[in-house]
Amino acid sequence: MLKLTDITKTFNAGTVNQKVALNGVSLTLNEGDFVTVIGGNGAGKSTMLNAVAGTFLVDSGTIEIGGKDVTRLSEAKRAAHLGRVFQDPMMGTCADMWIEENLALAKRRGKKRGLGWSITAKERAEYKEQLAQLGLGLEDRLSTKVGLLSGGQRQALTLLMATMNRPQILLLDEHTAALDPKTAEKVLNLSDKIIRDEGLTALMVTHNMKDAIAHGNRLIMMNAGKIILDVSGEEKKALTVEALLEAFSRVSGAEFANDRALLS
Amino acid sequence: MNILSLLNSLPGSVAQGLIWGILAMGIYVTYKVLDIADLTVDGSLCTGGAVAAVMIAGGVEPLVAVLFAIFAGMAAGLVTGVLHTVFKIPAILSGILTQLALYSVNMRIMGKSNVTISRTKYDLLLTSFDNTTAIVVSAVFVLIVVILLYWFFGTELGCAVRATGGNERMARAQGINTDRMKVLGLVISNGLVGLAGGILAQYQGNADINMGRGAIVIGLAAVVIGEVTFGRISNFAVRLFGTTFGAIVYYAVLAFVLWLGLETTDLKLFSAITVAVFLSVPQLKKIFGKVRTRKGGC
Repeated sequence: MLKLTDITKTFNAGTVNQKVALNGVSLTLNEGDFVTVIGGNGAGKSTMLNAVAGTFLVDSGTIEIGGKDVTRLSEAKRAAHLGRVFQDPMMGTCADMWIEENLALAKRRGKKRGLGWSITAKERAEYKEQLAQLGLGLEDRLSTKVGLLSGGQRQALTLLMATMNRPQILLLDEHTAALDPKTAEKVLNLSDKIIRDEGLTALMVTHNMKDAIAHGNRLIMMNAGKIILDVSGEEKKALTVEALLEAFSRVSGAEFANDRALLS
Repeated sequence: MNILSLLNSLPGSVAQGLIWGILAMGIYVTYKVLDIADLTVDGSLCTGGAVAAVMIAGGVEPLVAVLFAIFAGMAAGLVTGVLHTVFKIPAILSGILTQLALYSVNMRIMGKSNVTISRTKYDLLLTSFDNTTAIVVSAVFVLIVVILLYWFFGTELGCAVRATGGNERMARAQGINTDRMKVLGLVISNGLVGLAGGILAQYQGNADINMGRGAIVIGLAAVVIGEVTFGRISNFAVRLFGTTFGAIVYYAVLAFVLWLGLETTDLKLFSAITVAVFLSVPQLKKIFGKVRTRKGGC
């Protein structure tokens, strides 16, 4: 479903701030794979997701989604294949627009936008039903501005928007990191449920090792712009935080440098 | 100081306010919807006026001339949009570049710095000598613009423009080509500014190379006055009418300070101060609010 072949990206090349963010990443996701991604600070986790999303173009290597080469495609064009939820709850929705308007924007992802009315009555009923499934009471607030919602509500809404057209790949970039623990757990369980129910292919970056172990069918660990560990199936089920930390220092020859991961 | 002379100036203020209201709605599209301060307008207002005046003087129907004034404004917006989105020049600088270039373009269009279109020679849509008709005609234009904008920003495409202004990253993640939306917004905005220029030239009986100087400030004044007055109502049509209302208030206040004895040459200073004060309101509220809580806290 997703195939990254030896992608590299260097930011600020040729300056003192030069930073090799991706140093030859190759990864193949099969249909229905739910992969959690962990790694230290600056390991390239988010950069890899952004490379897939097309936030920037990679320096070398190729990116294929569903067998189609999207390496040179713009972010907006690639969006047709993707669903994205960001770390910042403010990032995934438009605060000045209503809940239903935000949903309607997502509904038209990858489709041509013309001069037809932005929302139809039929869609509205559909949105109501989908929002009701979130269990947050948003179904009665279709014409509420998203800016008035809490971070957790916005993140749940973004998740719904990201998954409504059945994206080929769902990209979750530490999407629960900015929420309080209780809300984070709710949003994470919701993500899990949607991915399972819809059989989506997903990449989820997380700083929480326990979450990375508990969710998904495959786990990859990154360090210095490379994938250093790739575990799936029974082997993943048997993982523990201690084993992961040990594996990290064995493979990278350094201590795991991510305070948040160690503290949580 | 004769109060009657002030009252007599009122219809003129309303007529001018309505015309500048069209420009202000154009600025609303860039400044409020797209979150871009577009300085093209200082040039494109004159472009619209110049095109309309030259065409009318050449015997073209005033209404047709106004249509071409819109196209001319749109072309100016397109240039700014391309500079900003294709060549990644900051929006403010793109606007300034287009504005500067338009001075020469406008001189080329008119051939001189001022083109007169006499109401006695041409069948103008409106003129300052008949403010009642001027008010009716410009009000009709305002109404049409409000209806069209209200409709457009309710469509799929219009929502994409709004999302671009509201949250660019989110818009791109939803597959919206944000660069194209910005260009579209700038084209629409400057089309309206061109329209205002075409109407204004007829109202004042001439197109002048300096007619757009400070237009952005007047438009912003109208937007912020409208915002302050109708800020609580989020209905888009009300906001647009509020912007036009703001322009009328602005011209009424202008007439008032002139009546008080201010020189016309002082007006630009007055406009700048008005806008600066209105734009400072949120920050002033914060500072003032802080002082109050500090006092209360002790």
